[in-house]
Amino acid sequence: MSKKPVAKKTAKAAKARKPAKKPAAKKPARVAKPLKAVTAKKPAKPAKAEAAASARKPKLRIATTSLSGCFGCHTSFLDIDERILQLVEIAEFDRSPITDIKHCGPCDIGIIEGGVCNAENVHVLREFRANCKTLIAIGACAINGGLPALRNHLDVTDCLTRVYCDRAGGKNHTVPNDPELPLLLEKVHPINEVVRVDYFIPGCPPSGDAIWKFLTDLITGRMPRLDHELLRFD
Amino acid sequence: MSDHPTKSGNALQAILENNSYNPTRLVQVLREAQEVEGWLSDITLSDIAQGLNLPIARVRSTANFYSFFYTRPVGRYRVLFSDNITDRMQGSGALFDHMLARLKLTDNQVSADGAVSVARTSCTGMCDQGPALLVNNMAVTRLTPRRIDEICDLIKAGLPLASWPSYYFKVENNIRRRDMLLGANWDPGVALRAAIARGPKGMLNEMKISNLRGRGGAGFTTAIKWDAARTAPGTARYVVCNADEGEPGTFKDRVLLQKYAGHVFEGMTIAGYVIGAAKGFLYLRGEYTYLLPDLEAHLDGLRRSNLLGQNICGQEGFNFDIEIHVGAGAYVCGEETALIESLEGKPGKPRIRPPFPVTYGYLGQPTTVNNVETLCKVLEIATAGGAKYAGQGTKQSTGTKILSVAGDVDLPGLYEYPFGVKISQVLEDCGARDVQAVQVSGAAGICLSPREFGRRIAFEDVPTAGSFMVFNKKRDMFDVARNFAHFFAHESCGFCTPCRVGTSIVSNIMDKIAAGHGTQYEMNELGRLTKVIRGSAHCGLGTASCNAISDTVQKFRATYEAKLKSADFEPAFDLDKALAKTRAVANRDDADAHLETSVGGH
Amino acid sequence: MTDIANTLTVDGQTITFEPGQTIMQAALAAGVFMPHLCYNPEFKPHGSCKLCTVTVNGRPQSACTIAAMPGQEIQSDTPELNSRRRVLLQMLFVEGHHFCPGCEKSGNCQLQALGYEMEMLTPHFNHFFPDRGVDATHPDVMIDFGRCIMCELCVQASRDVDGKNIFALAGRGLASHVTVNSPSGKLGDTNLAVTDKAVEVCPVGAILRKRVGFAVPIGERIYDHDPISVKALEPDEA
Repeated sequence: MSKKPVAKKTAKAAKARKPAKKPAAKKPARVAKPLKAVTAKKPAKPAKAEAAASARKPKLRIATTSLSGCFGCHTSFLDIDERILQLVEIAEFDRSPITDIKHCGPCDIGIIEGGVCNAENVHVLREFRANCKTLIAIGACAINGGLPALRNHLDVTDCLTRVYCDRAGGKNHTVPNDPELPLLLEKVHPINEVVRVDYFIPGCPPSGDAIWKFLTDLITGRMPRLDHELLRFD
Repeated sequence: MSDHPTKSGNALQAILENNSYNPTRLVQVLREAQEVEGWLSDITLSDIAQGLNLPIARVRSTANFYSFFYTRPVGRYRVLFSDNITDRMQGSGALFDHMLARLKLTDNQVSADGAVSVARTSCTGMCDQGPALLVNNMAVTRLTPRRIDEICDLIKAGLPLASWPSYYFKVENNIRRRDMLLGANWDPGVALRAAIARGPKGMLNEMKISNLRGRGGAGFTTAIKWDAARTAPGTARYVVCNADEGEPGTFKDRVLLQKYAGHVFEGMTIAGYVIGAAKGFLYLRGEYTYLLPDLEAHLDGLRRSNLLGQNICGQEGFNFDIEIHVGAGAYVCGEETALIESLEGKPGKPRIRPPFPVTYGYLGQPTTVNNVETLCKVLEIATAGGAKYAGQGTKQSTGTKILSVAGDVDLPGLYEYPFGVKISQVLEDCGARDVQAVQVSGAAGICLSPREFGRRIAFEDVPTAGSFMVFNKKRDMFDVARNFAHFFAHESCGFCTPCRVGTSIVSNIMDKIAAGHGTQYEMNELGRLTKVIRGSAHCGLGTASCNAISDTVQKFRATYEAKLKSADFEPAFDLDKALAKTRAVANRDDADAHLETSVGGH
Repeated sequence: MTDIANTLTVDGQTITFEPGQTIMQAALAAGVFMPHLCYNPEFKPHGSCKLCTVTVNGRPQSACTIAAMPGQEIQSDTPELNSRRRVLLQMLFVEGHHFCPGCEKSGNCQLQALGYEMEMLTPHFNHFFPDRGVDATHPDVMIDFGRCIMCELCVQASRDVDGKNIFALAGRGLASHVTVNSPSGKLGDTNLAVTDKAVEVCPVGAILRKRVGFAVPIGERIYDHDPISVKALEPDEA
């Protein structure tokens, strides 16, 4: 990935930033309207030179992460191919596998792949919700729990003891208790059962084209829609 | 038939034989078979399937539908607490917990020795003398902690119900106000002879003049029903008395069947005479099984007096008899087509209408289904004529109506009024003070606030099947709506999507609000779901399932709002509790092993 | 408006019907799609999914069960009714176990296809995650009970076409489920044949033939290119 220089006005979006204490935005727009970049603190000056104004236009900040997912949706995101160059003209990435930023700062759009399977997923998801004006669930796992949710008809205690304690060859094995390890939730949940979610892009994974259509609709202020060829649940 | 080695095998043979190996009697066969071992094992179900020549899947389908059929063992003493809001208000919640604690059981758990299980059931129709429970189909009323203790001791001692103190099972009539029906002197056969004297057409004409409308709630004109059933093509016609009185808070039919069974049966016989039926069914709700022996004895008496049977009252060719079918715990069977399905031995799922029962009813033949109280009213019309009858009540709602009054009143019981009585009049008569609300016509009915107490009981104003539950100012109307939401989720037959799934979603949202995790989001969801369920459910159960919620949200919004969080979203489940199992198995209790369910309002 | 015998209007469009037709039959015959899931033209209407709920002269009715009558003014393809249909689909999705990426029926599934048709982007409600199990005891057919939508088409087909009565709907409310007609309750102990109508008729991925799940690859399936609103009107698919 080509790394874009971090815009000056968002220089505070440094790597390994602590989680923001206060949410950046109070209420994300429920109805699609053109997103204004979070960094646009001053009203834009009347542009004398169109080109110059456009160059100075603050970029949208986008954060992405995978909770209990397979990164397939992220991979599919890269399937927008060369269109990513158009995207980085108007947007820059905050926390994301692309940037390796560890915590999400104030953002315009947060994109979540994967369902909520453990305590860490909950913390990350809440951090995104607190920082992102608009939160998008992407892919089957974020939307209905997906493949990880297939464990929902099993007893989680039984799963852990079978894996860690009952396996052949093990003696006196216990379930690990290192506080570094996130505890599993009893069931895997779609993300909209834990935080409020503004938009959903279904698919396993959604195609690059679907992601592109959805994001460009959203960014340009259209109600995001996927027509028949792009709307898939599988 | 297979030779069955067990006791139930031989008993089952007798049951099948008594039911003429008739598959339409499946619900009765299942009920009687269950009496033998207390539950219905796979072997029993197989034997029944074989005996009735039905696919085993069909037998399972019916057995799994009704609350009072058990395909897994239950206690030899099956204790079921009536769970209507009025029972709750009378303290049934604490009594239920007390009993479980005394017996060291959890909800619905069977004790290790198989002796007892304790669970909850929908309203058992004892609201005027609650809190109440059913033990092996016998009603025990006016429960107190002491009585619960005594019952626990009797159960532990293994004493049969027949040896329990008989006053436990005493069911009072509590008739508080009498009018045309509850107050009249009546001799068996007088009305029937009067009807015969008028002839079928003449009697039907009096019915038309009377403008008698159905007392089950919908208020359909009885004469139109009878006329249609009488003229529709068919090889046989049937009269069905709907005594599946399941609407929470109503118990008038219980009293009518206990004290005025002769009225009911005579009304059915007149109906049979008018439409030309030879057979009638009384569909008795399972909760009133305790009435069965008396009702059967009453029928025998009528047969001996030639008020039932062949050539009734000496009228050549007038043959009519009545059979009692007992339900098995399904509110939806109060819907007439579901009731007919149940009569035919199937799960009680409402049919597609049209065709209506008057043309395509029991076994596809013309059938009139009438409420217990409606049939009682027929006697007044037969004896005094339709015009006299129509002189009472209001123009559109003629005659009198019996109300089952319960809740926060001094004198719960039956009140019979001419139609048109004001709500405030009823409240005054029953000794209600500081009234916050009245729920008229049960969980499916309407919730009235004090500014509406000037309204009148009548089809054209406040229609009712008879339930009249009063709530004083100390009550939380949210609890009332939540109790009803649970009721509908439990009673949904599962046929159509909006009711099957929607009532459970609604019930879960009400629980979330009750637990203090509701937000404006949940309120919006309730509104949206109400519209969808009301606008697309298959039958009245579904369309009415959100009435109490929309009424209370509209009229008692403050009680909802007091429970809401200011946050714009709360998780769907208790996050910290969701970690409890893995905390335990990993033996952790550090800070990272916990989650706050709510984060600050953002 | 003048009533012309045997015509009605759907969303303002005049349709001619034959006496005895339901609104659904009349609409489909006239090339007007009405969303439906439990309705199959070969069988008696069931009227349970309620996706075909339309308004007839302002009143909500199931198009699959109501007789077409002269002069009926029917609303069907309206934002309000479609939004209601979306909610009903969402209810079906959260009630059962509808995990499309792991289902052989994907692309041929009417529930999924209607999800696309109604632009359902999320099941929205909290998932019930039921554990209804799978029955793979039959050599040629399997049932994933979690995918059942209670339409009873298999019940009807087995009873009325195959003459076998292999399926029945049991339980009540949210606990409703299909039960299999053998003492063990297992499909392998029935005389179900892979060629039975009951196997073919399932609109979702609950009843599946074994070993042919991917004979037609994803991407070339019934609803992969054309939406159900087009496919349902083609003579082959109707």
